[in-house]
Amino acid sequence: MADTLRTTTRRRPRTAAPADATRRIRLWTSALVLGAVVLAVLLVPPLVRLDEQAVDLTRKLLPPSWDHPFGTDDVGRDLLLRCVYGLRVSLLVGLVAALAATVIGTAVGAAAGALGGRVDRFVMRIVDAFASVPHLLLGIFVVAMFRPGVWPVVVSVALTHWLSTARIVRSELLSLRSRPFVDAAVSGGASRWRIAVRHLLPAVLPQAGLAAVLMVPHAMWHESALSFLGLGLPSHQASLGNLVQGARSSLLAGDWWPTLFPGLFLIVPTLAVAGLAGVWRDRLNPRRRSELML
Amino acid sequence: MSRRLPWAAMARMTGRRTLAAVPVLLGVTLAVFAVAAASPFDPVKAYAGTAGLTASQENLDQLRANLGVDRPWPAQWWDWLTRALQGDLGDSGVMRQPVADVVAERLGWSALLAATAFLVAIALGTGLGVLAGRRRGGLLDRAVSSLAYTLEAAPAFWLGLLAVWFFALKLGALPAGGLTDTASDTVTAGQVATHLVLPALVLGISQLPWFFLYVRQGVGDALEEDPVRGARARGLSERTVLTGHALRSGLLPVLTLVGSRVPELITGALLVETVFSWPGIAAATVQAAVSADFPLLAALTVLATAAVLLGNLLSDLLYGLADPRVGFDG
Repeated sequence: MADTLRTTTRRRPRTAAPADATRRIRLWTSALVLGAVVLAVLLVPPLVRLDEQAVDLTRKLLPPSWDHPFGTDDVGRDLLLRCVYGLRVSLLVGLVAALAATVIGTAVGAAAGALGGRVDRFVMRIVDAFASVPHLLLGIFVVAMFRPGVWPVVVSVALTHWLSTARIVRSELLSLRSRPFVDAAVSGGASRWRIAVRHLLPAVLPQAGLAAVLMVPHAMWHESALSFLGLGLPSHQASLGNLVQGARSSLLAGDWWPTLFPGLFLIVPTLAVAGLAGVWRDRLNPRRRSELML
Repeated sequence: MSRRLPWAAMARMTGRRTLAAVPVLLGVTLAVFAVAAASPFDPVKAYAGTAGLTASQENLDQLRANLGVDRPWPAQWWDWLTRALQGDLGDSGVMRQPVADVVAERLGWSALLAATAFLVAIALGTGLGVLAGRRRGGLLDRAVSSLAYTLEAAPAFWLGLLAVWFFALKLGALPAGGLTDTASDTVTAGQVATHLVLPALVLGISQLPWFFLYVRQGVGDALEEDPVRGARARGLSERTVLTGHALRSGLLPVLTLVGSRVPELITGALLVETVFSWPGIAAATVQAAVSADFPLLAALTVLATAAVLLGNLLSDLLYGLADPRVGFDG
């Protein structure tokens, strides 16, 4: 009876086959886009050997064309090249910051989860306190005090991004601690340290890894915001945020392309990473289909 | 809702949270001073500016003593804290007025912008969320959801700049920034309204994705629950089912979440107010950071933390009211 009622209502989830096809398309587009981005960032600078800083005042603010697919900026630099270099800087800063944040987060989460008790409560209090300062604001504060340079930006992004990793690692550890294989190790006479390193840490690393991958676009976003506000990277190491900031006067004169393309360069890799992460999560937990439909 | 509100439980929760907020806020102020002390930032140089380059060491030392920054940072922190509790937050160098005045002047404008932006996000998010949630997996749902994820990935400052280009420059329909026209020196409601449209729209749209996705999820799930099936079986119209049943149980929990989104709102405001030169408190934060104006930056950081804690409390209180099973124990 319940089943007939269900089938009469129109909004049953679709059958499995099209969903699988969508998933495969999503996987491949995400992977292709991400691969293209990584290749461009790695290979264009050494292979193309064009100077992305080359000023050509006779060609300033040209709209997109065959010669300059993204147009040129206010001193005649090719924007496609500028965007690739900007993405390279943003990606590098994002990667380093995400790696640092993952190390901090895993260490803190592991300490809280493995030691438990008072240490756990104290550490999680600190995590909560950190979480109640808006992240961009905390980042702005750190950068304002330590400016200028690349490292203040990396540190500020890393300092604001380790919280979720710490929480994930801690809760994973807590759920693992009561598993039989840990009991077996304890009764086998393994030390606390050995259990943590041999049994617990390897089990939480995939989760921490997924968190790290997802963190990279977020870290890039943070860096771009700081750079846009004039608090981020120095202008000779232009990231995508610097490019958008530098394009403001051109934009107010009506030229949209120096603003549009750096932003797209930020969005597209982010969506690709999110798409891949969604597929990965579905594989880890097939019952909970990821909602991302790109 | 005719039942009496559980005032006592709510008051207890508020009290507990206020007590818990004290150490957090103290910790944040302490950390702010510790970070500043560990940094190469020198308040004397910041205060003296270019005059500091030619001033004698004697004068600089005098200035250091006058500013009270010749002592170790815990003493400075204690000083600042005791004064702050009496309402004196120090003087802002970049704004050339007391920090408390900066906050008082600008808080209202930020609140206006944030409230309008939330209204935009709630109106658009509810409308689109219901339409998408009714037929999850349908064409409209897929289109709007994809757009939502794209918007989530798009930086608010970039959206703001593109909005300026399109609406202010291309169409010439709306002003590109500020609070009033440059020519006028009085603030009128009409001018503020036209200058508010673009920043509020951009800030609202930057908050839209999560709201839309939650409403979509909530309404979609509610449509598959028994009360809705019962209502349909009784032959109630689709509209009644949607507004009376699905929307009520799907939307209410989402609305209570608004308070917990204060951090994202502040992040968005920092970027949007800067793009549109909105004279709010977030734009002042950025200016304070750019010119290393420590007294203003420290006060605004603590204020933002307090706003986040308040938002969390509000959200939990409302959630407890909307769903009595949750209660007020947190």
